Amino acid sequence: MLSSSAGTIGIFVSTTGSSSPQIRQQGSTMPFGNTHNQMKMKFASEQEYPDLSKHNNHMAKILTPALYERLRSKQTPSGFTLDDVIQTGVDNPGHPFIMTVGCVAGDEETYEVFKELLDPVIEDRHGGYKPSDKHKTDLNPSNLKGGDDLDSNYVLSSRVRTGRSVRGFCLPPHCSRGERRAVETLSIEALASLSGDLKGKYYALKNMTEAEQQQLIDDHFLFDKPVSPLLLASGMGRDWPDARGIWHNDNKTFLVWVNEEDHLRVISMQKGGNMKEVFERFCTGLTKIETLFKERNHAFMWNEHLGYVLTCPSNLGTGLRAGVHVKLPNMSKHAKFEEVLKKLRLQKRGTGGVDTAAVGGVFDISNADRLGFSEVELVQMVVDGVKLLVEMEKKLEKGQSIDDLMPAQK
Amino acid sequence: MASSFTRLISGRNTAALLASLGAGTMAAGFLMSETGPLAADKKTKLYPPSSDFPDLRKHNNCMAAALTPAIYAKLRDKVTPNNWTLDQSIQTGVDNPGHPFIKTVGCVAGDEESYEVFAELFDPVIKDRHNGYDPRTMKHPTDLDSSKITNAVFDENYVLSSRVRTGRSIRGLSLPPACSRAERREVERVVVTALAGLKGDLAGRYYGLGDMTEKEQQQLIDDHFLFDKPVSPLLTCAFMARDWPDARGIWHNNEKTFLIWVNEEDHTRVISMEKGGNMKRVFERFCRGLKQVEHLIQERGWEFMWNERLGYILTCPSNLGTGLRAGVHVRLPKLSQDPRFSKILDNLRLQKRGTGGVDTAATGDTFDISNNDRLGKSEVELVQLLVDGVNHLIECEKKLEKGQDIKVPAPITQFRK
Repeated sequence: MLSSSAGTIGIFVSTTGSSSPQIRQQGSTMPFGNTHNQMKMKFASEQEYPDLSKHNNHMAKILTPALYERLRSKQTPSGFTLDDVIQTGVDNPGHPFIMTVGCVAGDEETYEVFKELLDPVIEDRHGGYKPSDKHKTDLNPSNLKGGDDLDSNYVLSSRVRTGRSVRGFCLPPHCSRGERRAVETLSIEALASLSGDLKGKYYALKNMTEAEQQQLIDDHFLFDKPVSPLLLASGMGRDWPDARGIWHNDNKTFLVWVNEEDHLRVISMQKGGNMKEVFERFCTGLTKIETLFKERNHAFMWNEHLGYVLTCPSNLGTGLRAGVHVKLPNMSKHAKFEEVLKKLRLQKRGTGGVDTAAVGGVFDISNADRLGFSEVELVQMVVDGVKLLVEMEKKLEKGQSIDDLMPAQK
Repeated sequence: MASSFTRLISGRNTAALLASLGAGTMAAGFLMSETGPLAADKKTKLYPPSSDFPDLRKHNNCMAAALTPAIYAKLRDKVTPNNWTLDQSIQTGVDNPGHPFIKTVGCVAGDEESYEVFAELFDPVIKDRHNGYDPRTMKHPTDLDSSKITNAVFDENYVLSSRVRTGRSIRGLSLPPACSRAERREVERVVVTALAGLKGDLAGRYYGLGDMTEKEQQQLIDDHFLFDKPVSPLLTCAFMARDWPDARGIWHNNEKTFLIWVNEEDHTRVISMEKGGNMKRVFERFCRGLKQVEHLIQERGWEFMWNERLGYILTCPSNLGTGLRAGVHVRLPKLSQDPRFSKILDNLRLQKRGTGGVDTAATGDTFDISNNDRLGKSEVELVQLLVDGVNHLIECEKKLEKGQDIKVPAPITQFRK
């Protein structure tokens, strides 16, 4: 039991016995939230263990008191701790539409230092991906078959996005303002070197004009300060809008978000159903950006087990979500809609994004996987799958059955 | 292996070398070394304080007014004994440039020592917020003798309810922005154990937020006792909502006139309230209850955070000193329409809020009127000030009812600046 003598009404009542302000301890250089890890060691593990009895996310499924005890004394070299990793999962018991991950990385090393927690989370989230598995990267668009002819009577728009992290910097949950600004500066420099149909302009969130802001909103490019408690609880909203911004090419078909949920989010998009063209631009643009970063002595975070390393374990591997907005008013009412999506390894969302429901029979259909398949493989799944869905839609329109079109499990 | 790399690495070449290593595993192997000093040194060299200084140009809060690059540079790398940092203290002020109704403080304490370790920031903030109170030279008076209060039974044609609140922190445990789950649970344990010792009209019961029944929850809502998970970004950006609702709860006496919130914005918020205008009784119960709770925790070797410069130590600098807000819900239909209303309140050192609390505007003609000040005057002084002020407002209202004119009172003198 902590006690202090009744007569001591001093300023420096320190529980560690030290009576003067200290210089920041080693390993705790990037402050956020619970970096006073050593202090917590004086409490027993059970006293610190979170109450996850009402929780339903990947972290809550995996974490046990024993695991917590083994990992709680560790921290990454930049000072990210177990409690930092899991805070978002503790604060957010569940989500109405999706099974959330409930943990984030604060730096590249998080995935190594806390692998005892993150490996099972990754395995659970990514369809059985094992700690010994290798992930393949394939950003060669000529390996994609077809994809240039999705019926634009149904497919309203096509989009491919991914994320990239810049090695050597802490990730959005943990970075200091200085690091975040350094990432922004590097990104602006690299993107300014893009040319041809990729030539474009950067708009920093904090000094865009009203007119610029409105244009970006009208183009559906502008991202807002996160309101989702999933993101806020992990610390990603700190210092908003400092060092956040949007870059896009003059043609408005290639877009980069800087310092939102990841260092970079890279998006290629256009109206209509030419996913091949979208993917070509995506690969060309990404490869060019990677080269430009390397010229400035910065690599992207990548390794052969996890592929591209991003903030949320759900985005590891390719970090790729290729999707279309497609009209499926009949198909979506069909009893087997969910089953078909599952077989095709696709997922549906509302056209407002992950936290929305569909409106007017128009769905956002995209690949469900991120890790364990290459970029080409995932986009191929979307292309083939959406083709099939549109065929089914057409049949249902004519009152015909779709039983003979039912796909096998991919 | 690590040491040969060490000699090669210096400053910005680190990133270059690591990047050129290419394969993730080697670089990861180096970075993974838990010989912390290099990681810490490397970061400090690469990121001087100027690179981390927040952009406060669009900001309007006390922290933004007080923080300079020089102060930041001096304090950035310091930690309190609980490892709380300046960046953590100011995060809420960086994330929230301003508030439509009030000038916010923009910084919080993570522990008692924050006010000392980061005094170069907190002292000017305290001065700004508390009308020039200088913690380096002044002493704060504490006085919880309710017998000194006079004229504190209001005309119930006007005053609908009376309330006094304050906060108390348990010395030795970190404050809500900084506390770990175990510390927060310890606060709950200490407080709930003590409250179980209250008797007579103060005897009551504790309801943990996480395990109350639907019925209990509805009752607490109907009584206007239940506090919710904070939604205000002022609080959530200061890390106070972590692990909600773990170790949070509400205690109240059976008569529902004495209420304690556990682990909301402070370790404890203590509230005495009742319908009607008997502020004298409300304050009497307040003082008595507080003293008994203090006695009960002292029996077990604990005490409240207090010192003679800052009085009672609470999370937000705005609540230092007494932490006391004494207020009434009062109907002032005519006076509130008078253009001199705000000036009268100012001079009486009172503030108005909507009846929903600090972030609301008034509806109709009923206002929440309370004392502006917290630090530099004692509890008795502040409650008397509120009492005298409300009596004056009621007099004004009555005069206006009769068609008579009112005068704006002279401003009440502050302590010497």
